[in-house]
Amino acid sequence: MPVTAPLDTDGFVVSASFLGDVAAFASGEGSVFFAGGPETQTPVHKNGLLCATPSLDGKSLITGGGDGRICKVHSDGRVEELAEQPRKWIDIIAAGPQDSVAYASGRTAWVRLKSGEIKEFQLPRAFAGLAFAPKGMRLAASRYDGVTLFWVNAAGDPQELSWKGAHSLVTYSPEGKYLVTTMQENALHGWRLADSQDMRMTGYPGKVKSVSWSAKGKYLATSGAQAAILWPFMGKSGPMGQAPLELGVRGDSMVTTVCCHPTEEMVAIGYQDGMVMAVRFHDNAEVLLRRPGAGPVSALAWDKKGNRLAFGTEEGAAGVITLVD
Amino acid sequence: MSEAADSRIPVTVLTGYLGAGKTTLLNRILSENHGTRYAVIVNEFGEIGIDNDLLVESDEEVYEMNNGCICCTVRGDLIRTVENLMKRKGAFDAIIVETTGVADPAPVAQTFFMDDDVREAAKLDAVVAVVDARHVQQRLKDTKEAEDQIAFSDVILLNKTDLVSAEELTGVEAAIRKINPYAKIHHTERCQIAISDVLDRGAFELDRILDLDPEFLKKAELAHDHECGPDCDHDHDHHHHGHDHDHGHADHECGPDCDHDHEDTHSVKSFSFTVGDLDPKVFFDWINQVTQLQGPNILRMKGILSFKDDPQRYVVQGIHMIVEGNHQRDWRDDEKRESRIVFIGRELDGAALKTAFEACVAE
Repeated sequence: MPVTAPLDTDGFVVSASFLGDVAAFASGEGSVFFAGGPETQTPVHKNGLLCATPSLDGKSLITGGGDGRICKVHSDGRVEELAEQPRKWIDIIAAGPQDSVAYASGRTAWVRLKSGEIKEFQLPRAFAGLAFAPKGMRLAASRYDGVTLFWVNAAGDPQELSWKGAHSLVTYSPEGKYLVTTMQENALHGWRLADSQDMRMTGYPGKVKSVSWSAKGKYLATSGAQAAILWPFMGKSGPMGQAPLELGVRGDSMVTTVCCHPTEEMVAIGYQDGMVMAVRFHDNAEVLLRRPGAGPVSALAWDKKGNRLAFGTEEGAAGVITLVD
Repeated sequence: MSEAADSRIPVTVLTGYLGAGKTTLLNRILSENHGTRYAVIVNEFGEIGIDNDLLVESDEEVYEMNNGCICCTVRGDLIRTVENLMKRKGAFDAIIVETTGVADPAPVAQTFFMDDDVREAAKLDAVVAVVDARHVQQRLKDTKEAEDQIAFSDVILLNKTDLVSAEELTGVEAAIRKINPYAKIHHTERCQIAISDVLDRGAFELDRILDLDPEFLKKAELAHDHECGPDCDHDHDHHHHGHDHDHGHADHECGPDCDHDHEDTHSVKSFSFTVGDLDPKVFFDWINQVTQLQGPNILRMKGILSFKDDPQRYVVQGIHMIVEGNHQRDWRDDEKRESRIVFIGRELDGAALKTAFEACVAE
């Protein structure tokens, strides 16, 4: 079994990530914990840390909290406040190109540009998820009954993609051809952006709360079943008419978190009971990385080369698993 | 369900029209609690004291579920807020949701049954309505929401009783009882009430389902010095007969203290039926069918049932189309085995429900 360096955080691990070589774990109680850096813990938010995502350059972690602040946390423990919306819970965040950051609370979203300028966007219903397009300053916002695509810098009406129901997370495929949302009912919805063609991906026994694109965007891995479900996106029409891969099937525990390897056709899978496995796509070969315990797996992240995997659970257990030295 | 019940966070929903006294009650709970930390979800920050508690502002976002059912609505913002709160499990012990005055309580309550994640993390304890004794009659005439809030409640604070005469109060209580004969009513001034009468009620727990015995209700009302005038429409025995408050019936005459609404704008009515042992198969077929077909009109449903050859009491409860049921405990030797079911709803055909329920009796 690969070597694990364990770490205890003080709360629900909201996100795990690598900032360069340093692993960072954002705890719901408000601090960020580090492994392998000069600092071990830094307090960031006073009223709970609700969301976190690494910046696109991979050097810092952007966090949002119950104190209405949006912060940039560096691997040496430095905390920069990027913006503040007093008395709002910032629970949605996305990192964009050119050091931009998008965040939302209720029916308002904001984009903070590198210059410090802040642009505001409104929807008639609440923002549910945010994602930047891989190219251009375009922001996708999932919402009730579909997705709205805003131009951040240019004037012009936003584009609406409609599909009835409550959409939660939103994600662009890495090359920007597809947009996929998770839904309140146990399903995904997707659009081929060239022609707004709808794609429905259903059959999940539970809600999908974690999605991850594989290397080069060939597959979209998802939680929400007793296996990681991977939809193929390499053809012209995405997953339509094709069966998904089912990897790491277990009869006794649901998959809660998925994270695809950055270069290999392999996915790290975290389960409800705390187990973590790595599974190869083509032959379903499984490697046990962590035994069950300490709550559902709530966060997974590979380092840039894919040699190490950071994990965290809802009960605060965390660590770094080294697969290749 | 019941095994996991202990670790789930209890949720109390506060409803009531603007100005009825919700904020007063909330402040009372927050200032009088000893050691309990609350997460309070409000529509907008008002004058709420929060020293050791979490206050969350949340815009009411009602979502229809994508299942073709128009009454299957949930509060999307609550799903997200509860998910966020679960990232700080150690920071609070209970959740209070304050709704806006015009809110329909059903989507709030349904959120705690229809969303798997929320259901796993939190359990609905009770819906509490604060009712302004002075203005509620007018509200009932003007709006559907005021009626829904009363119909939906487990606990009703009939507040501002100092601002009305004894006669008026009797009339108001009769009007409330007509809509919801099963809620626990407390008379209050400035929401003065023991916190234990509002919190930890277990109103949605099948294990603690309220006794639907009318004697129990009668006692509860007598404790509040409630007296009806001789001609008051408030029928103390109607639980037995499925009396449907049909105001058109010939022998009804209103007395001076009866606040019975002659234009019959109260569209919510309650029905209670009692029969003997049931055939479980026939009953389940019927209850599934009736809640599917009439779900939008059924606000609340509760029952304590006796199935033939079954040593245990079976309890059911429902909101619109959501029905859940379970065995509760063995029938005691000193209690009468019978099956009683209660519906509170709008445009329900009481006679048809009665006939259908009676048809579930085991041969």
